[in-house]
Amino acid sequence: MPEFHRKIERSAIGFVLAIVVVSSIGGFVEIAPLFTIDNTVENAPDMRVYTPLEQAGRNIYMREGCYACHSQMIRTLRDEVERYGPYSLAVESKYDHPMLWGSKRTGPDLARIGGKYSDAWQVAHLINPRTVVPESIMPKFGWLRENPLRIDDLGEHLAALRDVGVPYTDDMIANATQDALGQTAPDGDFAAGVVKRYGQATQVRAFDGNPAIVTEMDALVAYLQILGHLTGAAQAELAVQPEDGK
Amino acid sequence: MEIGERDPVTGQVTTGHEWNGIKELYTPIPRIVFFFLATTILFAVCYWVLMPAWPLGRTYTKGLLGIDQKTSVDRLVKDATLERSDWTHKIDQMDFAAIQADPSMMKIVGETGHTLFGDNCAACHGTKATGGPGFPNLTAGIWLWGGDPKTIFETLRVGINSTHPDTRTSQMLAFGRDGVIESKQLADVVAYVRSLGGTADGLDADPQSIAAGQDVFKQNCIACHGDDAKGKRDVGAPDLTDSNWIYGGDLQSVTATVYGGRQGTMPHWEQRLSATQRKILALYVLSLRKVPQ
Repeated sequence: MPEFHRKIERSAIGFVLAIVVVSSIGGFVEIAPLFTIDNTVENAPDMRVYTPLEQAGRNIYMREGCYACHSQMIRTLRDEVERYGPYSLAVESKYDHPMLWGSKRTGPDLARIGGKYSDAWQVAHLINPRTVVPESIMPKFGWLRENPLRIDDLGEHLAALRDVGVPYTDDMIANATQDALGQTAPDGDFAAGVVKRYGQATQVRAFDGNPAIVTEMDALVAYLQILGHLTGAAQAELAVQPEDGK
Repeated sequence: MEIGERDPVTGQVTTGHEWNGIKELYTPIPRIVFFFLATTILFAVCYWVLMPAWPLGRTYTKGLLGIDQKTSVDRLVKDATLERSDWTHKIDQMDFAAIQADPSMMKIVGETGHTLFGDNCAACHGTKATGGPGFPNLTAGIWLWGGDPKTIFETLRVGINSTHPDTRTSQMLAFGRDGVIESKQLADVVAYVRSLGGTADGLDADPQSIAAGQDVFKQNCIACHGDDAKGKRDVGAPDLTDSNWIYGGDLQSVTATVYGGRQGTMPHWEQRLSATQRKILALYVLSLRKVPQ
């Protein structure tokens, strides 16, 4: 053994390689099995993909760094379950590339924010959080309402996501731009297509209050309003609702 | 070079390693460190046996204790629910009037309601429930759909203009934008509405305009707001004769309301809050009333 060590210590590259091999054992043992164990990711047949508009909103969420202050992960702790709702499941982040679980809460968790407040509130709050929550320290994001959303390249975004495993169909990719227009204009020509491709439960509304133009505000609010509603698996998993057990 | 050679200066045994003439003293790891190392290894072995630990392809060792985060939190939530059940049960059983008449129950409603309101309602209605532009003041004793606890309880369940199938629906048309009335008529009806007693400067408007506005009002507004402009609770149309304005009573706000219409939305809470929690909240917001009846 000392002979072997003497040899390896004297070969710089060999020693570095040996360190890399040894230190990766921990990672291999802890991380790799999660890819083979069946119940790492729960089964949720009703899980749907993000619409192009919601995906664009997700990109804005990342661009503006919302994840730095807001987590999207309700942990398996009683206080979190009672405040935010059923704990997050892995399957709910199945189509998140990258995931936005976050590691720090300056603001509240957003994993189940969808539907909790009205669109008008979300818009007013993003324009200036202090108008609705006087004690808020969140920055203003008013320009999102002025910026038209870039929708011509949404098909390419979906195609890239398909390459990493999100099951977008050719139909969805080809109609991505139309679907973004349709989701914000319920009375428009393209609204029916969104519902056809993404399901009856898809929220088709003028999220920022103006159906005439698709803004970044539309996209971000559409994304916030779908958070926690891509699948009902988490609600089903938490069989006992807080307060209801007798 | 021999292992075990003594260092001439300190008299200590060296390891025998030599780097450019510098030799390393042999100072082994203290025993206590070995002891702790052995303890941690022993701990790890026990942990592997008791807790979920080793991957086995598609499954893993579940551990003798059978501990699982998800069942643990489910149990904690259930225990907490049981702990509260002595009073949540009473709230479920008693009707609204009985709870309101019982000071000890109303104390519970006040404490629990405050937390529930802060987590769920305060974002729109404000931490003091006084509302804001577009979000009604809950302390004024003025209710669009009715101010009895049962009605408020139902509003909490289905929301207003929400995505709930049974939602309450109340949509004011965009009279100006959709061309239902002309701009002169719009100015007149705004002058009339503001003269109804809602605003201090409302009567400064031209009396002719106010009179003309009354005709416009009769033709377009009474279906929802009523002949006397006192509103209708079955359609959630507000009383225009009081001093309470959801979207503001100044000239610009009222003009914007008549021009673009209003479709205020309140989310539904049926999935998010239990019936007990909604019952507590209905009673809580009623208890916040600041003006005498």
